[in-house]
Amino acid sequence: MIDGIREEARRRFADLGFPTTHDEDWRFTSVVPISRTHFESSGAGTLPVAVSKAAPGVHITKLSESAVEPYLARYAGYQNNAFVALNTANFTDGLFIHIAKGAVIEEPIEIVFESSANGHPTVSHPRVLIVAEPDSQATIVERYAGSGGAYLSNAVTEIVAGDHSVIDHYKLQTESARAFHVATLQVQLGRDTNFRSHSLSFGGALVRNDVNAVLSEGSECTLNGLYLVAGEQHIDNHTTIDHAKPHAASHELYKGILAGHSSAVFNGKILVRKDAQKTDAKQTNKNLVLSEDAVINTKPELQILADDVRCTHGATIGQLDPEGIFYLQSRGIGFADARNLLIYAFARDIVDRIKVASLRDQLENLLLEKLHGTRP
Amino acid sequence: MSLLEIKNLHANVAGREILKGIDLAIEAGEVHAIMGPNGSGKSTLAQVLSGRDLYQVTGGEVIYNGKDLLEMPPEDRAREGIFMAFQYPVEIPGVSNLYFLKAALNAIRKHQNLPDLDAMDFLALVKEKMALMEMDQSLLNRAVNTGFSGGEKKRNEIFQMAVLEPKLAILDETDSGLDIDALKVVAAGVNALRGRDRAMIVVTHYQRLLNYIVPDFVHVLAEGRIVKSGGKELALELEESGYAEMVETA
Repeated sequence: MIDGIREEARRRFADLGFPTTHDEDWRFTSVVPISRTHFESSGAGTLPVAVSKAAPGVHITKLSESAVEPYLARYAGYQNNAFVALNTANFTDGLFIHIAKGAVIEEPIEIVFESSANGHPTVSHPRVLIVAEPDSQATIVERYAGSGGAYLSNAVTEIVAGDHSVIDHYKLQTESARAFHVATLQVQLGRDTNFRSHSLSFGGALVRNDVNAVLSEGSECTLNGLYLVAGEQHIDNHTTIDHAKPHAASHELYKGILAGHSSAVFNGKILVRKDAQKTDAKQTNKNLVLSEDAVINTKPELQILADDVRCTHGATIGQLDPEGIFYLQSRGIGFADARNLLIYAFARDIVDRIKVASLRDQLENLLLEKLHGTRP
Repeated sequence: MSLLEIKNLHANVAGREILKGIDLAIEAGEVHAIMGPNGSGKSTLAQVLSGRDLYQVTGGEVIYNGKDLLEMPPEDRAREGIFMAFQYPVEIPGVSNLYFLKAALNAIRKHQNLPDLDAMDFLALVKEKMALMEMDQSLLNRAVNTGFSGGEKKRNEIFQMAVLEPKLAILDETDSGLDIDALKVVAAGVNALRGRDRAMIVVTHYQRLLNYIVPDFVHVLAEGRIVKSGGKELALELEESGYAEMVETA
């Protein structure tokens, strides 16, 4: 069965080819650096280098050794996304996380993908499938890291969150400075399901994250994001929230910090389908631009086909407040510390929403580390 | 040697000269009031002393504690003991009052080669000073000045001053926007900090504040110059005759 899908995905990628900036979804992100590079496939990066121990109620197995036909590649559409097609055609194995019905998993389930390239550029296609049965509760942390020269990490994660489940998903991306990272997170929410995604992006030269959620009746979906780019980094966050059924709520907050010559894209699509009455959707994107050479493109994309809904969206682009810096300085706090404190304060509401203490600490360190390397 | 000596200070903002030759000497323990009409340069003087870079000093010098004040960045002025209570305290969302104050106090202590204050001692100090300012302790965990009322912001300034214990405090129109009850609390906080080792510059448009913070000296500033200096009775004179007369006869 998988072989059939694989073949179909291969054909689809052959038809689609790599996207260009003429494609609306890729208008501000050129993947020429990826399409022009000859990558060698590498065994590394296919399976995670570390997976936390299984707890009662959680089964973690290789995709190749699991009965995943009902789910795998059924959610992350490869028809219109070349990178999903490429992953689907090429992934050699991956991880299947199954959470049993009614299981409440206290400890976060952590998986780490690591890539590296020494000499030739390499490519890997990490693939994760998470199936949470009804009434279950779990936290999943995915880490993507790497070292060395140019490589492409092209990841796809599918989450099927059963009715009444409560799922927290974290993704921390700290790829190496020359890396390409393209990833799709595709989530199917059940009835009255509560799903929260936290996308935290720091690394990579060229990064594209797609987070897509399809909501059911009464489900609640939170998408949080934080991106910090400096130097020549480019990051593109595309999110789609599909209010397919009535009485669902979505809250989205993405915050970006841009330094140096970096650039970022935020595109937040909210689709409210015809019978999705009583939808409550809120989207916010805030950007802190630290340099005159940094560029941000932010765009809400609302398609509202129902009439009894509440949808709000807002985007801001701002600089550090010189009055604020002076105020801190006037109390004895040095300029660099004052500046970092204000940048940290900007990111703070995203950091505060992270419930996994170890991840929150790591994020604080990453922020401070990266801020020290930036110039005003 | 005076704690602060200002000699022939000239300063511009956006190319326009605001201070046109200020001379002023302040000794430790003294409270000087600087009064004057709007636009006379009172707030500019306060801001120049605290190091705001919107203002360009074009002439003169300021010697503080034997050092060239104008050479120092704002944070070094603070570490050396200068504190300005802002006319418009700045809101800093995302930074708690407690964290902010601890960072400030420890930066100053580090400059004095003192170790960081430990959490318990810091909290005890903060609580004592909050009581002095009749401030609600919940303000500690709120973001700096964010969503504070005008009165809360001004109290927060004096509260910070009480914690940081400066040598030279500059109060920039601390009375503006305060009702009489809040004014009394703020003035009591300021008075509690008066002492032999501490000097204060009280910048105000109105005499009212000086009923509660009684100065040793009063200076009248007009069009960028000190046009008259005297004792506390000068403030009362001003109250009766107004600035216009004083400026004309100067």
